[in-house]
Amino acid sequence: MSSVRIALFVTCLADTLFPDVGKATVTLLERLGHQVTFPAAQTCCGQMHINTGYQRDALPLVRNYVAAFEDCEVIVAPSASCVGSVRHQHAMVARQFGDEQLAQRAQAVADRTFELSELLVDVLGVEDVGAYYPHRVTYHPTCHSLRLLGLRDRPLRLLRSVEGLELAELPDAESCCGFGGTFALKNADVSTAMLADKMRNVLGTGAYGCTAADSSCLMHIGGGLSRLHTGVATVHIAEILASTRDGHVPK
Amino acid sequence: MTYLGMPPPVRGTGHLRGRQPFPVAARRALADAQLRHNLGNATQTIRAKRARVVAELPDWEALRDAGQAIKAEAIAHLDSYLEQLETNVTLRGGTVHWARDAGEACQIVTGLVSATGASEVVKVKSLVTDEIALNEALAAARITAVETDLAELIVQLGHDWPSHILVPAIHRNRAEIREIFLREMDGVDPGLTDEPAALAEAARLYLRRRFLSARVGISGANFAIAETGTLCVVESEGNGRMCLTLPQTLITVMGIEKVLPTWQDLEVFLQLLPRSATGERMNPYTSMWTGVTPGDGPQEFHLVLLDNGRTTALADPVGRQALHCIRCSACLNVCPVYERTGGHAYGSVYPGPIGAVLSPQLTGIEANASLPYASSLCGACFEVCPVKIDIPSILVHLRGQHVEAARERRRPPSPEAITMAAASWAMSRPDRFAAAQRASGLGRVLGRGGRVRRLPPPLAAWTRARDAPAPPERTFRQWWRDEHGDPP
Repeated sequence: MSSVRIALFVTCLADTLFPDVGKATVTLLERLGHQVTFPAAQTCCGQMHINTGYQRDALPLVRNYVAAFEDCEVIVAPSASCVGSVRHQHAMVARQFGDEQLAQRAQAVADRTFELSELLVDVLGVEDVGAYYPHRVTYHPTCHSLRLLGLRDRPLRLLRSVEGLELAELPDAESCCGFGGTFALKNADVSTAMLADKMRNVLGTGAYGCTAADSSCLMHIGGGLSRLHTGVATVHIAEILASTRDGHVPK
Repeated sequence: MTYLGMPPPVRGTGHLRGRQPFPVAARRALADAQLRHNLGNATQTIRAKRARVVAELPDWEALRDAGQAIKAEAIAHLDSYLEQLETNVTLRGGTVHWARDAGEACQIVTGLVSATGASEVVKVKSLVTDEIALNEALAAARITAVETDLAELIVQLGHDWPSHILVPAIHRNRAEIREIFLREMDGVDPGLTDEPAALAEAARLYLRRRFLSARVGISGANFAIAETGTLCVVESEGNGRMCLTLPQTLITVMGIEKVLPTWQDLEVFLQLLPRSATGERMNPYTSMWTGVTPGDGPQEFHLVLLDNGRTTALADPVGRQALHCIRCSACLNVCPVYERTGGHAYGSVYPGPIGAVLSPQLTGIEANASLPYASSLCGACFEVCPVKIDIPSILVHLRGQHVEAARERRRPPSPEAITMAAASWAMSRPDRFAAAQRASGLGRVLGRGGRVRRLPPPLAAWTRARDAPAPPERTFRQWWRDEHGDPP
């Protein structure tokens, strides 16, 4: 596959709180021979606003996303949930406030926006990315990976090709971890009850760490695992795929 | 949009809203170990059964598409299908009544029962009569309503409230049911055990006397066929067949959204419903009747068509999808929220994901504002819905309606609205966003070992049970600039 110029939408969460996920995405794609750009005008996809009911406040964010990435041929984000919002909500929000032109531009950009495992498997046609990660790991398919984007087994195919990685099957994997954006605050008790079951299943695998395609869900699962001092790690799939025998993600 | 001379939107009344907002009611349910255990077992069992029988059908997705298309057609031309239904029911000897809300429907039914002189009625399990609080209205008119579905009977004898669309007593286990029967059931064998067969037998003996003496039966309807005027009820226990055939008078209360255009449409729904609902290939009893048949079955038939907020939902192009619901309850059984809180926390006869989109539309969003937020938007409901109702999208849509309504009404805005507006302002431009990130980087002082154990409001609810990550030394944006220099 010849070199592709890929624009990174790092997402506001990874940018602010999990920069290693962004660095890992850059490292991985460059190692595979592609060129990564970071359009500096990007901020946030607006999903939190949209899903909490503040669609009107999300409109400037949709507009900003479209303007930031309109000139890019291929866009990647290390988040199924943010890609889901771009793909399934941006045009809808624009239409809700009567901006048909923005809706069409948003849909065009959305059609070129991919989640990382989609980009690797579908666009770049690679499953073995040459990674080395000598740990027992369990994979949590986040709700938006599974049901909004329909990633199916793409992340698992990538993980199975990682040298040294032992994949532990997560029981009841398809159950939500209880994050749900502001749901975790507005219905904190129900969210925690869901998290408790997810943690029980993660801990039961005996894995070193839990991985997923979304920093947000990992922040939730990891926040619970940390509070209980379980010693079990959470690691984004990009960080695993970026790891090699001799090099890993820059700090 | 409202035009001069248009009637105001109909607001649903009856059992459609709880006394407490969802998060408060949920907290009590979460702490009930028996409830959690019963619900966990029951939902996982039904879920697995459903998955098994759905997987048997190679054309399941095509059936769902067909179900969705038929419902969309029926709802798009609801006015003409309802008039066609009325005409055909009337032609076959039935009487059709139109009820604007719960109060009107109860008045009509109570009046009809009183006119027969009966002091007791037998009832088929029916959500819509729970919705309009019919039993309470009948009791006020000194008419005893006997629930004949086993689970509804358990709920009624337990002075309780249904917590599931299809399995109203899902929150009870057999030991609790035995206690309720011993305490409340007339003439029950004092040696009753908690064996399911023994409990069912006790209910049969108790109900048999009522079936044989009842002069009036009351039912809901699963489907009504416009082209023939036929009503249809599906059930598992045979109690429905008794209620629909033995009494002299039959009164059916039906939400106006239940109408289907043609007889052939049943082909689709009689496949979708039982597999989605009980995980059965076919439900044991399917009763259909058209008006009155001289000398056979009830000789007087009344159909009460209920609005109670449905026309208001119909006016919303996104929300009206909720009217496609065939009350199978598959969405409840897969919902991670419902599985943990049960139905009572929703405060409406329609709990779970479908209840969270239906109840607020029937009552008006402000009367039920916490329900659209009672979901993590995981999408499991949409995935199993036999008529493909996009529940997550409707939830988001209703949240938007709530926020917009509050924006118009409230001055000053709520703390949440201020936070959201500030975040929107900061994130609509990269320079502002970078400045906000620098400010949040100050949060590092809160962190020990990369973890924050306590955050101030509004994030305090997060750290009640979860640590939060401490902001890193450099954001990704800063790292990129340090590595690659400023963009051209």
